[in-house]
Amino acid sequence: MRIIDAGDACLILEFEARIDPEINDACIAIADHLVGLGMAGVRDVVPTFHTVAVHVDPLRVDRTALATQLERLAASPHKARTARRTSHEIPVCYGDEFGPDLVDVARFSGCQEDEVVRLHCAPVYHVYMMGFLPGFAYLGSVPESIRMGRLGTPRLRVHAGSVAIAGLQTGIYPLDAPGGWRVIGRTWIKPFDPQRHDPWLFRAGDSVRFVPVSRTAYLAAVAGEPYRASH
Amino acid sequence: MPHIEIRKAGWLTTVQDVGRWGHQAQGVSVSGPMDWASHSLANRLVRNPVQAATLEVTMGGLELAFGGDVRFAITGAEFQLDLSGRIVPMNRAVDAVEGSVLKFGLRQRGSRTYVAIAGGVMVPPVLGSRATHIASHLGGLDGRALQVGDRLPIGETLTEEDLAFPIAVRLPEDGARVRVLPGPHLHRFPPRSWETLRSSRYVLSPKSDRMGYRLEGQPLPQGSDEELISGATVAGALQVPASGLPILLMADRATTGGYPILAVVISADLPLVGQLVPGDWIEFISCTRDEALEALRKLMHTSGKPAA
Repeated sequence: MRIIDAGDACLILEFEARIDPEINDACIAIADHLVGLGMAGVRDVVPTFHTVAVHVDPLRVDRTALATQLERLAASPHKARTARRTSHEIPVCYGDEFGPDLVDVARFSGCQEDEVVRLHCAPVYHVYMMGFLPGFAYLGSVPESIRMGRLGTPRLRVHAGSVAIAGLQTGIYPLDAPGGWRVIGRTWIKPFDPQRHDPWLFRAGDSVRFVPVSRTAYLAAVAGEPYRASH
Repeated sequence: MPHIEIRKAGWLTTVQDVGRWGHQAQGVSVSGPMDWASHSLANRLVRNPVQAATLEVTMGGLELAFGGDVRFAITGAEFQLDLSGRIVPMNRAVDAVEGSVLKFGLRQRGSRTYVAIAGGVMVPPVLGSRATHIASHLGGLDGRALQVGDRLPIGETLTEEDLAFPIAVRLPEDGARVRVLPGPHLHRFPPRSWETLRSSRYVLSPKSDRMGYRLEGQPLPQGSDEELISGATVAGALQVPASGLPILLMADRATTGGYPILAVVISADLPLVGQLVPGDWIEFISCTRDEALEALRKLMHTSGKPAA
């Protein structure tokens, strides 16, 4: 564990550099605790895979005091833990125009497309961190055999709702955006909707499962018919 | 309600305020002004709170009509400015009558000009901020750059204290020497990368925008092939991809990133960096944290307050 400065306006608490749900849980718990304190001069608290970044107004926050506090929290993260974890089930229509890279992932993995779908739907994923775009959740870990890396050249536009893979990570594009992840399917569920009472579907620490749905079910849901989980 | 109407949008004109702080943990970019000091100063000149939204005009080209008698101020990059046939001074409050037209002419120095209007630009706030972030279609007017025909309402005049001291605006002359602190991943780089950074001159590539500046020049070798686990980013972070050519993260940066950060530009020098144009040079000099904070205190004294 160590404390590092990222310029004059951000202090980072860093744990061992591993993708590990336990380390990540500690980061999320510490971040939750800090946000709860509502400290003056703290602009943003960002938990990541193995760090907690605290963005501050450096003229209002004493660096030494904040560093001491972070060290203390890091020594007993369980005290800071808050109970707020949601489980999500995300319906996905895989392949064809919704998942243009499914064919390549199948080829990469040496299996059939439906086997890729089965593998992608097998784990209960952990939301390690939010980043990249509003509401984008970094989910892990994808089963080993389908961990295909990013595209050589990113697409200029990935459709909102696209479900994609990059190595051991998977995620859902909340908005139309450029992106280099391998797109294997699409959902109509919106990870971010500024019009919604709670704009955010996911939070770091949540868990997510993907469920395959037919093209018919997808199109019906997009057309506004209520979706009923059936499995 | 008074308003302004865009007659020519220029190259890139957006609504900005101090930024969308408080949502980075959900992946929301802070955005806000590229030159926060000039944004603050413009607001202070018309007695707005620094949080009020202004127009950030990139490389001029803007033409707007005032729908109402309003007071405005223009700061940041220097342009020839015309208000219905009158020359408009920069860095002071000016009164415009209803129907008058403000036109940007030739550029003199800098890249980003701020137009503050007493009462502020009143687009609806999104997640607590009016700042435009184009990549995620948030804030400003429908999350986009301004276009011909756009009408922006102006709020009620608010009164903050007058500025009681002379104004110093820093603008680059074909380039800038900026102060950096060691970055969070300095230990991953061989010592010569830090030396190279401090002894080389870089040039701002045309492939630069509000998200980040691509710099051309001496590559900065990376010490480790081991892939970095994505972590938080900050404005002013000098991240180094495999090519060794650094990218300087700016206002619209993504909240997280996976490239190692060699150095970070101090808060007080970010406004100067925000005024560079492609082709300008940039040099990096190291400083201490105390120097960084002293410089910030000084800049705040002359321009108002920093973001948030």
